[in-house]
Amino acid sequence: MADRHLYPDSPELRARWGNFAWTEANAAKAKEVVARYPEGRQRSAVMPLLDLAQRQVGAETNTQGWLPIPVMEFIAAYLDMPVIRVVEVATFYTMYNLIPVGRFHVQVCGTTPCMLRGSDDLISACKKRGMPTGGVSQDGLWTFTEVECMGNCASAPMVQINDDNYEDLTAERLDAVLDALARGETPKAGTQEPGRHTVEPSGALSNLTAMVSENHDYRGEW
Amino acid sequence: MPKVKVDGVELEVPAGATVLQACELAGKEIPRFCYHERLSIAGNCRMCLVEVKPGPPKPQASCALPASEGQEIRTDSEMVKKAREGVMEFLLINHPLDCPICDQGGECDLQDQSVAYGRGSSRYHEHKRAVTEKYMGPLIKTVMTRCIHCTRCVRFSEEIAGVDEIGALYRGEATQISTYLEKAAKHEMSANVIDLCPVGALTSRPYAFEARPWELKKTLSIDVSDAIGANIRVDARGREVLRILPRINDDVNEEWISDKGRYMADGLGKRRLDRPYIRLDGKLVPVSWAEALAAVAKIAPGNSVAAVAGDMVDAETMFAAKKLVNALGGSLLEGRQTGLAYDCSNLAAVNFNTTLNGIETADAILIVGSHIRWEAPLLNARLRKAVKRGAKVFVIGPKWDTTFPAEFLGEDADILNLLPAHVWAALNGAARPALIIGGAALAKGALEVGLSIAEQLKLVRTLDDGTVWNGFNVLHMAASRMASLMLGYAQKGGIADLVAAKPKMLLSLGADEVDYTKFADSMIVYVGHHGDKGAHAADVILPAAAFTEKSGTYVNTEGRVQIADQAVFAPGEAREDWTILRAMADALGVNVGFDSFDELRAAMTAAVPALGVEGLADYGALPTGVTGKAAGTIAYPIKDFYLTNPVARASETLQRCSAELLHGAEPQAEAAE
Repeated sequence: MADRHLYPDSPELRARWGNFAWTEANAAKAKEVVARYPEGRQRSAVMPLLDLAQRQVGAETNTQGWLPIPVMEFIAAYLDMPVIRVVEVATFYTMYNLIPVGRFHVQVCGTTPCMLRGSDDLISACKKRGMPTGGVSQDGLWTFTEVECMGNCASAPMVQINDDNYEDLTAERLDAVLDALARGETPKAGTQEPGRHTVEPSGALSNLTAMVSENHDYRGEW
Repeated sequence: MPKVKVDGVELEVPAGATVLQACELAGKEIPRFCYHERLSIAGNCRMCLVEVKPGPPKPQASCALPASEGQEIRTDSEMVKKAREGVMEFLLINHPLDCPICDQGGECDLQDQSVAYGRGSSRYHEHKRAVTEKYMGPLIKTVMTRCIHCTRCVRFSEEIAGVDEIGALYRGEATQISTYLEKAAKHEMSANVIDLCPVGALTSRPYAFEARPWELKKTLSIDVSDAIGANIRVDARGREVLRILPRINDDVNEEWISDKGRYMADGLGKRRLDRPYIRLDGKLVPVSWAEALAAVAKIAPGNSVAAVAGDMVDAETMFAAKKLVNALGGSLLEGRQTGLAYDCSNLAAVNFNTTLNGIETADAILIVGSHIRWEAPLLNARLRKAVKRGAKVFVIGPKWDTTFPAEFLGEDADILNLLPAHVWAALNGAARPALIIGGAALAKGALEVGLSIAEQLKLVRTLDDGTVWNGFNVLHMAASRMASLMLGYAQKGGIADLVAAKPKMLLSLGADEVDYTKFADSMIVYVGHHGDKGAHAADVILPAAAFTEKSGTYVNTEGRVQIADQAVFAPGEAREDWTILRAMADALGVNVGFDSFDELRAAMTAAVPALGVEGLADYGALPTGVTGKAAGTIAYPIKDFYLTNPVARASETLQRCSAELLHGAEPQAEAAE
């Protein structure tokens, strides 16, 4: 996160993205998003629209998508707000990519619970596959980022790849997921632990055991 | 009116006050960086922590906490002391220790407060953060590593200037303050962020490494770059004015000044007339004072004499020149250099009657022929406040970026003759309607129509709260205008009357905007300070003092009489204007009746008592029964905001502003430090 930076503005960038406009489907969607907010407050729609624009850029470039400067200017003009305010939002949230990314943006959580459960192995597995940090791999498929907590600590370690989380990973399971993605398949999202469905306790309950059969009131016991 | 207790002392504070304001009312100093009286509350520096009961048992940011009944506030407890020390230590973690080479040194909030509230040493041994330099234009020098993210500059550009130029990019420790794509800040008040910055992140580029604040002699003065009369402080070292800063005056400039007023300082030492010249065989030749005055005596104009006052002269100079012209038997005096000839028989009709402070409360405003951002940037900040309170604004004239919602009705002045129904309805239905007539509209005969509209709409009225509201305003552009009109520098036909009279001697008081080709038959005596258009046309040049080099009285566009002090002495052989005019009287063999500046001022006050009283002059009631027709396409007189007067034209800084910000020149690269 610390080394996020805006992609430099250049005539080539303007030539490529200067005439960015909504696709027909996205235009309708954008209209619907803006309509969610009261009249005159249209700039509240900046976040969903930046996401929509990033997805459209992704669709055009067959990647996860990113936000070139001219696209941010397009959003600013669309919402009638100063560009600097759009750039502030886009640079603040790490979900907006400020530089081009690959087809799959592999975001490995490296925060304490994931680290304790073996996120270092995941990171080295990614490195082994030639994923560069802050760039795109040779084949255009991968971008690697180490991120802070994604809130999946109960099924740590996890990675987020584009819109999906893959949890309970080991280096082998991650490799399997990445291989499937590379083949164009859609691997099952969520936990990769056989027999586990979501983040329910793996194995027997270790606490709150009285809750198994009834909605037990613990308050008297505190 | 909640009652609170501050450090054991009970006091009543106004409803809506914050805890910080309550502490200030109690006379307690609360350290702060992000809080600023004129900006919205951000609450992000955490320096203003105090202990408040009732409430959570932890220090609270007093700037963002409303004072409420029965609060017990402590600013002197151990908890507060520790909290301040802690915040200070955090702020200094990433702040470089470069005070010795920082221009803010000596007037730095961070420096002062770390001495007063810091713990005196750091426990931090890790790497400090460094931030890449940001380009912010020819006026603002940035050293962003010093930035503490108070966001005052961001809030200024959004709230006061009204142009969202500066933003806080990225987040957390990586936050960086920047203009969009590092373009230059273009607003005409942008340099005020230099004063707002509590640290040395934003400093003045032209003033970089010039001086330390304690070396400077500070003189209170008045800005002459426009007719607002902003209160300024002139900082000088030796004979050189190094910088100009705004002074706080809530009635006039709040605490801002325009970039032009600020950086005119750089033009005070350039292109100066520092010795007398006379024209011999079509060429200007330097001569001694005796020779120059002899040349004036040789003109021997008799009573065929006229005087024209420039845009930046003080009342005393104009009064002395008037005395001289009158002593010679003449009476032709004019200050409206570009040929305006509106009726000045009633000064209330050419005054900004609502006052700068009052216009903030207007609820419907019609601007006729004024590019306010260029003619009076500080007034534009006031209009923004009015619009924020819900005022509707209509403009007649070519489009300009108002920075607030406004409806442009068209460029033709005759729209004023018959206002569109919805505009009329808006003004008619308003409690505090206001009309602002600019110079461009005065040229098209809008004054009479404006006065008749004022009468029909009852722009002068008594409000429900019993105060008198006068919504009729004329906005001038010259600092000398109101004083010149008070002194009678106005002919019925304007400067055309002077041209028609073909005076033998034309006395030009720093008048650089006059079309001197029309005075081909006159001997032109130029009493001024810069080698500009007036000096080029002159036959005799008598070098005079610029506004920082003489004491003087100025009257701003709302009729506010203000007195400026002398900061430095005029360069070379240049003299104060009144002494020159006194010497001319001797050379021409007449008596003007004063031998010292005090005598001059006393004579002036005797002649025009209002000029002797600081504050708003009373011009009486608006004329009634005036009718007229406005006609013609409105064209704003200012073509280049940064270069409207000879001092500004001599300023390299403002030349660069003009080239870069208005005419799109490439930014000048600066050598790495």
